Amino acid sequence: MAAVITRVKQKQISQLVAKGNRLDDRELTDYREMKIEQGIIERAEGSARVILGKTEVVVGVKIETGEPFPDTPNEGVLTVNAELVPLASPGFEPGPPDENSIELARIVDRGIRESKVIDTAKLVIEPAKKVFVVFIDVYVLNHDGNLIDASALAAMAALLNTKMANYEIEDGEIKIKPGYEPLPTKKHPITITCAKIGEKLVVDPSLEEEQVMDARISFAIDDEENICAIQKGGSGYFEPKEIFEASKIAKQKADEIRKKLNW
Amino acid sequence: MNEKSEKLIDKKGLRLDGRKPDELRPVKLQVGAITNADGSAYIEQGKNKILAGVYGPREVHPKHLALQDRTLLKCRYHMAPFSVQERKSPAPSRREVELSKVIRESLEPAIFLEYYPRTMIDVFVEVLQADGGTRCAAITAAALALADSGVPMRDLVAACAAGKVEDTIVLDLMDTEDKMGSADVPVALMPNMNAITLLQMDGTLSLEEFESTVNLALDGCKQIYAMQKEALKTKYVSVKEEEKEENKEEAEE
Amino acid sequence: MPIFLEKRQLVTPGDLIAEGEYVAGENTYIEKNRIYASRVGIVEYETKKIDVVALKAFYVPRMGDVVIGTITEVGFNGWMVDINSPYPALLRASDVLSRPFKPQKDDLPQVLDVGDLVVANIISYDRTHDPQLTVAEPGLGKITRGQIVKVTPTKIPRVIGRKGSMISTIKQETGCNIILGVNGVILITGKTLEDEQLAMRAILRIEEESHTTGLTDRITQMLKEEKSKREETK
Repeated sequence: MAAVITRVKQKQISQLVAKGNRLDDRELTDYREMKIEQGIIERAEGSARVILGKTEVVVGVKIETGEPFPDTPNEGVLTVNAELVPLASPGFEPGPPDENSIELARIVDRGIRESKVIDTAKLVIEPAKKVFVVFIDVYVLNHDGNLIDASALAAMAALLNTKMANYEIEDGEIKIKPGYEPLPTKKHPITITCAKIGEKLVVDPSLEEEQVMDARISFAIDDEENICAIQKGGSGYFEPKEIFEASKIAKQKADEIRKKLNW
Repeated sequence: MNEKSEKLIDKKGLRLDGRKPDELRPVKLQVGAITNADGSAYIEQGKNKILAGVYGPREVHPKHLALQDRTLLKCRYHMAPFSVQERKSPAPSRREVELSKVIRESLEPAIFLEYYPRTMIDVFVEVLQADGGTRCAAITAAALALADSGVPMRDLVAACAAGKVEDTIVLDLMDTEDKMGSADVPVALMPNMNAITLLQMDGTLSLEEFESTVNLALDGCKQIYAMQKEALKTKYVSVKEEEKEENKEEAEE
Repeated sequence: MPIFLEKRQLVTPGDLIAEGEYVAGENTYIEKNRIYASRVGIVEYETKKIDVVALKAFYVPRMGDVVIGTITEVGFNGWMVDINSPYPALLRASDVLSRPFKPQKDDLPQVLDVGDLVVANIISYDRTHDPQLTVAEPGLGKITRGQIVKVTPTKIPRVIGRKGSMISTIKQETGCNIILGVNGVILITGKTLEDEQLAMRAILRIEEESHTTGLTDRITQMLKEEKSKREETK
């Protein structure tokens, strides 16, 4: 991704982590400073910005109308897209979404969809004909590691911020009425990513830590402490006990963050 | 929600296709099906029919993508338009792009990539018919194709999914179970190092259920691993058997 | 300190062969005092060193190897050669001409063109550069006649046989001259096409049955049978 990391720095990070320390003095299970702002894009139906350490992600939610999918005629549509914009990192190139942005979008999508944040049945206007389509667009503005957690947080915050215009159906046409309703959200999943460096697991890896890590694993945890989505990434591997340890860390951190944010 | 006309697990605890919860679908593995490729393998798992081919190590094109200290591994997972119920467009979908990435990442730890800098290995997986669990079957076949190609490997990679269907943890979900069930967890394993190289999940599981599901999937992986070894050996054993027969006959004369 | 498998047993990547103070030989790797196979092949060992004779492997260049290759490109001051390896090889014009290359006077395609075969020696190769070839030694150079047969490079030692017994037998019985490229490419030049084809069949059979025993005898028998068949039809 960014500039090549020197071997000296790689060694430094690995040695620190083996002793339970990190370059920025965090504990292995500490998140970087987290700032969340909602409603920053007025043109969008919902929006949020998350700054996690130096990583910055903006998510905008747009709601349009459309046809439902043929196999789910009584459900609205939810779709997530992610852009790793070129200005966010020297490693991002302009062009159609590459495998990294597609993977990121699909991870965020699964966290929201599988935990059933939105009751898609409530998004139906006319069964099998017209439904609301919720577009969640993830825009990465600065990449300093752990885009997954930052994007998932921003997407959730944006959904909580989303308002839908009141409407009624007149002669098969949608007539907008005054006033807004918040988007009906039922759950507040939080995604926690652990990186494996040597024999240790570190939470919320920074960009440099990502360049040293063997592999990463992300868990989306819902309000009932269930796991709703998992994605292992990177060209290394985990032992089963490390996976189970990571799942416990994820549950704990998700609870912490949800409490802190009052979700 | 749709009304389910039949239950996924019946009163006797058997699944729609008659399997017990911890039973794999019938698996057939064949090594060396495609003669043009450097290595190849074909898998049938239930109704899944998947072909994997490997080219390389060979020169990197375009040259600027070459890695100075190791082999570049590329992987393409692709579904044929006729592989699914509703014809799928031949253009790569976002799902295929993601699966190509995770499949590649599941195979990388198994190969001694650092032995051959400035080369590349192409792994092509074609799904001819799909019925759930295709990414696992794809990994199983791709690992065999890599071993068949003669590229040095630490171990084979065996993959299998487990999940939850109507409150029962089951092994090797087929498409209906995946769609109607409440969780699906595909796992890939390098058994010697107990190394999990692929792990994904969609659905909802408590932490305890997750642990049981992963352990069941790992069990499935180990069964598949044994079949992979058999398939590799079968390619060479037949000649050895013939030769034993010849020697016996000569000795008896 | 056990070796878990018998000699000549078939192994697949990841199979545990031995544990203890052994040396990891060809197509094996060592992890925490345990030796595993890294390719499909047959286990072989002499006292301390454990090898796996791979059933299929591609050729990796080594300095000093004699290889047979095909010209794929005529370049600015030399040729690119396909030596049946992941790495393309380079043959400099100055090496072939045995003098500095003069671009105005020397027309490279006249000397060696795309599609020509050469027998060459690898004079340099390391992890950062593609291999370089030389033909400036006796026995090397452009190939003008004969048959080419390709086998997987790991079978070349089997074609040679113990102390050269297999290859001498083939040469003797067919009257052919045979050059074995370490890269798995073999050149056969004989008096007649039939002689050359007989040698080819013997070599291809060795490749197929290389992991069996008694092969040298079977090949000798096959060659003698073919020869007497031909004597009879004359």
